Amino acid sequence: MDLLAIIRIAMRALARNKMRSVLTMLGIIIGVGAVIAMLGVGQGARQTMQEQIQAMGSNLLFVGAGTVTRSGMHMGWGSTKSLVYDDMLAILRECPAAHAAAPGSSTSGQVVFGNDNWATRLNGTEPQYFDIRSWSFVEGSPFTQNDVEMSANVAVIGETVRKNLFGATDPIGQTIRINNLPFRVTGVLAPKGTSAAMGDDQDDIILVPLTTVQKKITGQPWLRWIMVSAVSRQGSYAAQEQMTALLRDRHRIRAGDDADFFVRNLADMADIADEAGRVMTLLLASIASVSLIVGGIGIMNIMLVSVTERTREIGLRMAIGATEGNVQQQFLIEAVVLSLMGGTMGIIFGLGASYVITQTLAWPVLVSPIVIAVAVVFSMAVGVFFGFYPARKAAQLDPIEALRYE
Amino acid sequence: MATSSQPAANLTGTQDRETVILVQEIHKYYELGETRVHALRGVSVEIARGEFVTIMGASGSGKSTFMNIVGCLDKPNTGRYMLEGVEVSSLSKKELAAIRNRKIGFVFQGFNLLSRTTALENVELPTLYARISKAEGEKRSREALALVGLGDRITHFPSQLSGGQQQRVAIARALVNRPSILLADEPTGNLDSRTSVEIMDIFQKLNDEGLTIVLVTHEPDIAQFAKRSIQFRDGKIRRDERIQSRPRASEVIKNLPTLED
Repeated sequence: MDLLAIIRIAMRALARNKMRSVLTMLGIIIGVGAVIAMLGVGQGARQTMQEQIQAMGSNLLFVGAGTVTRSGMHMGWGSTKSLVYDDMLAILRECPAAHAAAPGSSTSGQVVFGNDNWATRLNGTEPQYFDIRSWSFVEGSPFTQNDVEMSANVAVIGETVRKNLFGATDPIGQTIRINNLPFRVTGVLAPKGTSAAMGDDQDDIILVPLTTVQKKITGQPWLRWIMVSAVSRQGSYAAQEQMTALLRDRHRIRAGDDADFFVRNLADMADIADEAGRVMTLLLASIASVSLIVGGIGIMNIMLVSVTERTREIGLRMAIGATEGNVQQQFLIEAVVLSLMGGTMGIIFGLGASYVITQTLAWPVLVSPIVIAVAVVFSMAVGVFFGFYPARKAAQLDPIEALRYE
Repeated sequence: MATSSQPAANLTGTQDRETVILVQEIHKYYELGETRVHALRGVSVEIARGEFVTIMGASGSGKSTFMNIVGCLDKPNTGRYMLEGVEVSSLSKKELAAIRNRKIGFVFQGFNLLSRTTALENVELPTLYARISKAEGEKRSREALALVGLGDRITHFPSQLSGGQQQRVAIARALVNRPSILLADEPTGNLDSRTSVEIMDIFQKLNDEGLTIVLVTHEPDIAQFAKRSIQFRDGKIRRDERIQSRPRASEVIKNLPTLED
């Protein structure tokens, strides 16, 4: 008996009770639909996080001054006075995996323009910082290396600062006061939004030449951080190792002692965020797959009813030559057809739900073809698994009893 | 095995023809709780090709059990059953299914047609389980339906057919794989007397063409259309005799009032 004939018989048997078949399929439709929508949302969330991390700069490494423990009290990162400009030069010179580097010092500043004022982060750095972080400008331009050499009073402001100080006014060329020093605004940075990895507002920032901060504001020659870009994403791991070894050597830290700096790798953070996204996706999908199991139980229930109802038919088929295998196959195929049809409709339903989520949450929802393929295979597996017992029951009927069944 | 010791064979005068069914000393009992119900207590029958046998007896006489064993739906506890020279009681379930498919045609009291399935597809059913091509199966099914006089109703559903027509579809289904024997279990039990005779007419014509038929019935006036009558009582054969003056069903129909009268 060929498969096509069995499938046709199964379709006819299901068509005999259309309402019942559709209601049974509903369990699978909802199950598969939910799994697809949840996987889509999870994938979308992962993608969003990846994009945000990418937006922080490609292949980025962050060298920070370490913590000091004074009388058992941690002073917070950047409290050591050991990271210096020469460290950055050494990194560029001796670490082949490091491509570019920008030094930085951080402090906070009170910024005033006209009647408005704003408290923000004030970072001193050099122009290559903007390249390393692939940070573009909405208006104006970055300060120059010449500005750094001159310790010029020029500033680049973030979007949040612009909004709070200037409103509708064009900030380029305007003079703002930072900690009572006048600065000329040369550029406004493109908004980066809230960092997914850190959770802080990346646009709430003012950047000025490093030397200006060191000489005119903090009076300290040390660096708080060095931003390094690696030659490639893979190279960032090598860069991390090379820089750690180099700086430990330069700072004369003995093996086994804690370093007075730390190196953080954005590829690492991307991996962590990716892992978190994966776990979330898995969690959502496993919750959704519970409904798939419920749908499978529905199929089993209906197939058991069907076997009982069609006892005489089974008896007849056996009398005219159907083997146990034939009967089992027939009911198994029927369950699989039921679950596959439900699965197909579930895919359509899931894609529809994904579309609605995309529209309302403005999140990218990604449904990959693999997910759809897995949904098809999974719904088929549900049919086989939950159809097996009823089919087995049908196959083991005694034909004499079955023919006599009222 | 010599058949000269079989009284039934001598009685019906079939010893010179090919034996289709050979049943020897079969016993069948069922365990119901602690009591053992003896359904068959040593039954021996030989049926030759081309015979038309009716099995009669009260309910509980063992005739249904006998038919189930002959139809390869059941196995005897002891004794031998040879179908066309094949020892059936030693076969596996799968082999028995194949025997039922190829060598036995069943006709039931309740027709047992699949509803919402056309007459043609009902008749095709046994060909699906035999290794016959779809085209060949359909050709044979059309022939079988034509043989029972339903060639013009092949696309009808059972609900669109009368009881007699439904039973004719069932007969066509029993014939489609060209079986060695046709087993009919009270085929006229659900039919009025005129339709019953019409069905017996079909059986007589099929038998004329050489088909071996074994038929269970309660009704003596149905049994008279056969060539040989076997009566069961208490799990044994009580009488096994040749029917002497057998009427032709086609003649009887002429004298019966039509349904409209």
